[in-house]
Amino acid sequence: MNYSSYIALIPLLPLAGFLMLGMGGKDRFKGSAGGIGTFLLLISAALAAYTAYQYFFVNGKIQDVYQPVTALKFTWLSFSENLSIDMGIVLDPISVMMLVVVTFVSLMVHIFSLGYMKGEERFSTYYSFLGLFTFSMLGLVIASNIFQIYIFWELVGVSSYLLIGFYYKRPAAVAAAKKAFIVTRFADLGFLIGILVLGLNGGSLDFNTLVERLTDPQSPQLVDMTATSFLGISVITWALTLVFIGGAGKSAMFPLHVWLPDAMEGPTPVSALIHAATMVVAGVYLVARLFPIFYFNHLALQIVTWVGALSAVIAAIIACTQTDIKRVLAYSTMSQIGYMMFALGVSGYGGEAGLGYTASMFHLFTHAFFKSLLFLGAGAVIHLVHSNEIKDMGGLQKLMPVTHFTFLIACLAIAGIPPFAGFFSKEEILLAASLHHPIIYYIALVTSGITAFYMFRLYFSIFWHKKTDKEKQPHGEGTVSMKIPLILLGAGTLLAGFIPFSSLVTTDGIPYHSEFHLSFSLLPVALGIIGIATAYILYFRQNDRPQRISSTLGGLYQLAYKKFYIDEIYLFITKKIIFNLVGKPAAWFDRHIVDGCINGIATVTASISSAIKGIQSGKVQQYALYFFGGILTLAILFIYLWT
Amino acid sequence: MIKDFFILLKQELTVTIILFILLFIKIGVKEMPARIVLNIINALLFLNLLAGFLFIRAGSLFGDMFQTSELISFEKNLLNLGTLIISLQSYHWLKNHKHALEFYMLMLSTLLGMFFMISSNNLLMLYLGLELSTIPLAALANFDLEKRRSSEAAFKMIISSAFSSGLLLFGISLVYGIHGSLNFAILAQGYSASPLGLFSFILLLAGLGFKISAVPFHLWTADVYEGAPVPVTSYLSVISKGAIFFVLVSLLYNVFGNISDTWYHMVFVLSVLTMIVGNLFALRQQNMKRFLAYSSIAQVGFILIGISGQSSAGSSSVIFFILIYLFSNLGAFGIVSLVSSVTGKEDIDDFRGFYQTNPLLSWVLAISLFSLAGIPPTAGFFGKFFLLLAGAGKGNYIWITIAALNMVLSLYYYLRVIRALFMEKQEQPIPKINAGWSPKIAMIICVGGIIVTGLFSGGYTYIHSFFIK
Repeated sequence: MNYSSYIALIPLLPLAGFLMLGMGGKDRFKGSAGGIGTFLLLISAALAAYTAYQYFFVNGKIQDVYQPVTALKFTWLSFSENLSIDMGIVLDPISVMMLVVVTFVSLMVHIFSLGYMKGEERFSTYYSFLGLFTFSMLGLVIASNIFQIYIFWELVGVSSYLLIGFYYKRPAAVAAAKKAFIVTRFADLGFLIGILVLGLNGGSLDFNTLVERLTDPQSPQLVDMTATSFLGISVITWALTLVFIGGAGKSAMFPLHVWLPDAMEGPTPVSALIHAATMVVAGVYLVARLFPIFYFNHLALQIVTWVGALSAVIAAIIACTQTDIKRVLAYSTMSQIGYMMFALGVSGYGGEAGLGYTASMFHLFTHAFFKSLLFLGAGAVIHLVHSNEIKDMGGLQKLMPVTHFTFLIACLAIAGIPPFAGFFSKEEILLAASLHHPIIYYIALVTSGITAFYMFRLYFSIFWHKKTDKEKQPHGEGTVSMKIPLILLGAGTLLAGFIPFSSLVTTDGIPYHSEFHLSFSLLPVALGIIGIATAYILYFRQNDRPQRISSTLGGLYQLAYKKFYIDEIYLFITKKIIFNLVGKPAAWFDRHIVDGCINGIATVTASISSAIKGIQSGKVQQYALYFFGGILTLAILFIYLWT
Repeated sequence: MIKDFFILLKQELTVTIILFILLFIKIGVKEMPARIVLNIINALLFLNLLAGFLFIRAGSLFGDMFQTSELISFEKNLLNLGTLIISLQSYHWLKNHKHALEFYMLMLSTLLGMFFMISSNNLLMLYLGLELSTIPLAALANFDLEKRRSSEAAFKMIISSAFSSGLLLFGISLVYGIHGSLNFAILAQGYSASPLGLFSFILLLAGLGFKISAVPFHLWTADVYEGAPVPVTSYLSVISKGAIFFVLVSLLYNVFGNISDTWYHMVFVLSVLTMIVGNLFALRQQNMKRFLAYSSIAQVGFILIGISGQSSAGSSSVIFFILIYLFSNLGAFGIVSLVSSVTGKEDIDDFRGFYQTNPLLSWVLAISLFSLAGIPPTAGFFGKFFLLLAGAGKGNYIWITIAALNMVLSLYYYLRVIRALFMEKQEQPIPKINAGWSPKIAMIICVGGIIVTGLFSGGYTYIHSFFIK
């Protein structure tokens, strides 16, 4: 059956919403903007669900193997004699899964924002930006071609810039938006060069063609890319590593994660959309897209593994010390994405060996539910107490029963307690790691204990800790539109774990049956429970134990609290070194030498000697000197030294 | 025979005819109001643009001194388009100017010079065209007659260009000394990498590098750009630069193909210097024109990457980029020009809170800057990507990395302007500006161009088709 007729609508509907609300200006759709945006996305989500049903259960399988389906394809332009750029839509298990995730979470955020953003001055602008973001993210997901993915990749960056900076009157938000944009753009330059290397050496930009050519050891392209090397590392490894740098930037992997915590300055539902389920997993998605090529390149895969594992553990430690609830969630996201990343890194290829790949995608799927639930829950809490700080919260369990209950579910899920979704996916990741990479397995195990601890630290501090103080919180939990998404996502978190993922998403499209090992699960679950218990002791009631511990740990605590000083290092490099050493002298030179000549020499001498003679003589001579110097340097370089 | 003459030379002839019409208006007995004159001129320039697309033929004239082809006609049309846009944009500035007609006469003379330069098939012809396109420009830079900075700019420009022309001419005479001919075809056959040959090439490259303001031949740029009236600045930074790039591509590829190994590395050095210096200076500029001047220097570095590709993709991506650059840079300059002529304000800080009073103009400026920064879905993204793709074909990834780093750096300062427009406030922002219809048409052309050329592949495919025989 022909997919193309309606699949293109899935991204185009949010785009239509963006154009309509964006063109309408601030006032035309003031009342109805939310309704319009939500309605369009509802259709989009329904179409995505239908597509998934069609693909997974009706006609995606050919002879028991899930085949990639090209729903739409045309040659956009032919760049040179041997390189043309196609555009198209590709459907395969991961893109279909992502379609569902993105549209569903986006829909939830649209609904939640109806209540949360109500009364905002730029309400319709907000919905138009949401539409633009959803469009770009969907476009990224279904791209059949690495250049196409790059276009949408950048668009996602632009729209997240707009969304993070939505509260543009707050300087912190503006700075955070800029930081996110520039850091990810910096990472994207790796991606860009990676694309150029892959495209020019692989002779194609199409994913399927690239995968075909670069996984076949006999293909001339792969032979060539393995044989030629730069700085002792083969070209193919360079290409993959560069592409991965782009992915690591978007997915906030260490050390390119500095933008993520700051990005929490955006509206909270936006964080639920961008920083939980969609944009930040783009890097994981990209590696998964090219996974077969990565698999055949040991070094690149090792980099993926270690960056993922390091990010997972570092972020978890930092999360234990943060006091802004959104920042805790931000670091937790980074940590969980680290899991997905190293799960890809430890994965094999084909059949059950590809467990890591399946587990990674599975975790991406379940994480989307519980993390956006956590963010939306945090949004509801912030809506109530008007603060992001843990110290302003406590004892909220009676005031907001729905939020409390769903938040608890999500915390249990992320802590890996059965039967919640996070348990299943995390178990698979741990299993894959234990089979292929013991060191990583232990890192992951420890991290999962820490995860349980900091999540319950958050939970107890928000909802228990103090006595309920009803008088301080005059208004209730929030509108119905804010509760519905919480409940739906909570249901998702309860049920998503039971989806037999290994029969849907595998490295080679061949479904298999993954076994459940009770004995294996005991240890991680036990660690999770220990983490929760510790959090209970420390944070359930008000006491001074946390203080004591942090003062005992002293320097170590400070180190984690200050996020290992990574931000400071970046600041040092950009502000101190680049600005002071290069930018300032350049500007100084311009202002004093170049301008100074005009202002100083010109005004003084002009009054003395005749206008023409005086104004510029010293100056232009200097220009001529540089000009001549340039010629001489070129001549010396290329006539005497070069040949 | 005579028919050939008229058809092959038709673009030059149309411009000349317009020049004469203007002259007749000028010396006409009755003085016309400036508004009507400007509208007539815009209409003429529009007809000139349309006429460029008719009767396109390839051939040569004047004993092989002059040649034309489909590609060359297309390039001239691009310049016509740019001139028309600038003319539309300068409406506010010129409507009160006493010498509006002279402005056009000078501008069209330079355009004529560029046409001859692009069509040249001989170094002497090239030189003639180059001079014709430079000297009136210096007079144009002086066109804010009462401002001292404007005359200063003109003065600097004429002296610097005289210097660079002198060296260029020296280079040409050396070439003649070696080969006994200045014809491109003859040079292409026999050009060798002898020291003298290389030296004369370097002189030629420096002379052209001066015009495109490649570092270290760029020093005149910022002063002249800042001092000259905004329309002249945009003319300098887009039209005159674009024309030189057309010439440079054909010279490097067709005439100096023999020494391509050497010029590749020279272009590499120039490009890297140009990108870095342009960006670092742009980073801290406060004056909008100076900021655009330095950022356009940085763009030159990118275009040089495309040139280094030495393939059909290389030349097509350069011409494609110039088309995009024309829309983007003129879009940005158009707004600056409008604001400057209405309020006299030119600093970035003056633009704070601009969105509050002029949302539409802010968007036009923002889209243009996004395109200059190379952010999708604007055309600038595709243009830059193609330049890099063409350049990367040579396998010099160090160069590409430097370029990509510079793209990030440039994003930093483009965002600074965007932030001033949309996110910052001041007590007395620039008041609402009524643009009037002719600058509005220019804005529509620019924004339309920025969106359409990027997303639809037709533009690139069309340009690329000239190079595939």
